[in-house]
Amino acid sequence: MVGLTHTVKTSGCASKLPVADLARILSSIPLMKDDRLLVGVETSDDALAYDLGDGRVMVQSVDFFPPVADDPYDFGQVAAANALSDLYAMGAEPAVAMNVMCFPSCMELEIMRSILLGAQDKVREAGAVIAGGHTIADSTIKYGLAVTGFTTRDRLWTNRGAHEGDALVITKRLGVGILNTMIKAGMADESVVRKSLDSMKMLNRRAFETACSFTVHAATDITGFSLMGHLNEMAEGAGLSVEIDSAAVPVFEEAIEGARFGMNPQGMYNNRDYLEDKVAFASSVTREMQDVFFDPQTSGPLALAMSDEDAVRFVELFGQPAAVIGHFTARKDVAISVL
Amino acid sequence: MKIIDTSGFSCPEPVIMTKKALKDSPDALTVIVDNVASRENVKRFGEATGYKVDVKEEGSKWTLVLAR
Repeated sequence: MVGLTHTVKTSGCASKLPVADLARILSSIPLMKDDRLLVGVETSDDALAYDLGDGRVMVQSVDFFPPVADDPYDFGQVAAANALSDLYAMGAEPAVAMNVMCFPSCMELEIMRSILLGAQDKVREAGAVIAGGHTIADSTIKYGLAVTGFTTRDRLWTNRGAHEGDALVITKRLGVGILNTMIKAGMADESVVRKSLDSMKMLNRRAFETACSFTVHAATDITGFSLMGHLNEMAEGAGLSVEIDSAAVPVFEEAIEGARFGMNPQGMYNNRDYLEDKVAFASSVTREMQDVFFDPQTSGPLALAMSDEDAVRFVELFGQPAAVIGHFTARKDVAISVL
Repeated sequence: MKIIDTSGFSCPEPVIMTKKALKDSPDALTVIVDNVASRENVKRFGEATGYKVDVKEEGSKWTLVLAR
């Protein structure tokens, strides 16, 4: 059987539209407002948050994309972990999910079944339930989920609440976009395939649950817009800048090597193009490391802003590969400095 | 010199095409690309595999000359 990623041009979150085009169109559409809408589209957050009026907050997101794994069951797992991550990034516990599926009418239905089973098992692992969804015939496969979860007013983590002096923690290695391009090009061995899949399939549940014991000032998950794109939103939203210690950032070594050989996905260049003037790199940061920082992630890590003390304790509790990668500072000329 | 045209292909295809063409023509190769990602990736691949890469912009496309 042909691997699913060979049936499509782009994979996973690398298939997002260029952020510059998206921003231009969305800014031309009038904003809808509602007093109970605590988080809407204007802050580019991970999900919407809707006040239920009794202390609880409902959080919703939808995410779908072309295959990012060759095996349909794996793809379903990754798609579910990726969609659920938006809830964890808002401090919400997943409750219900619905399937969104585009599927070629000429393709074996068994493939669809495996995708749905993979997603179901992952959603079950998250303690939530899938009930229904929608399917349409299309020329290529696309799959994802609309997800709903719940949190409370005092545990609604947005991407804009970072305090000056906060430490920034991430909870997974970066570089899966490049690894996936290597896999697609046939330039990766089995161990790279395994590392990429293991990382993308891992729920951000434990990161969320560990973080619940601390005071989280801001949170997001790192996905298609890359570490730099999502940190830019966190910094802009808080009116601060962020300083990153590149040596502290957990990355897949194979992604550095892949970038050197031109295995960067198109989305990496889109991200870099949009963000270049918002980031200052020290001359010691290699071109390949910069590539990884602009690399679109699928089912990437949580990024958490909290006090230094909490951050250090979080990393101790969570373990590898979580790391404190930088700090929020007073606003500078650029949103992000990488040393 | 062997010339390949990767126009219309998206990453990583132009790099794969370059890699294959260099097997037949290991001393020098001209690669035509039609987008920034392909230009950068083919340039990186050439440099990482020991070539000097010369990039020329021609209208909406670029010509990359890879030479030892």
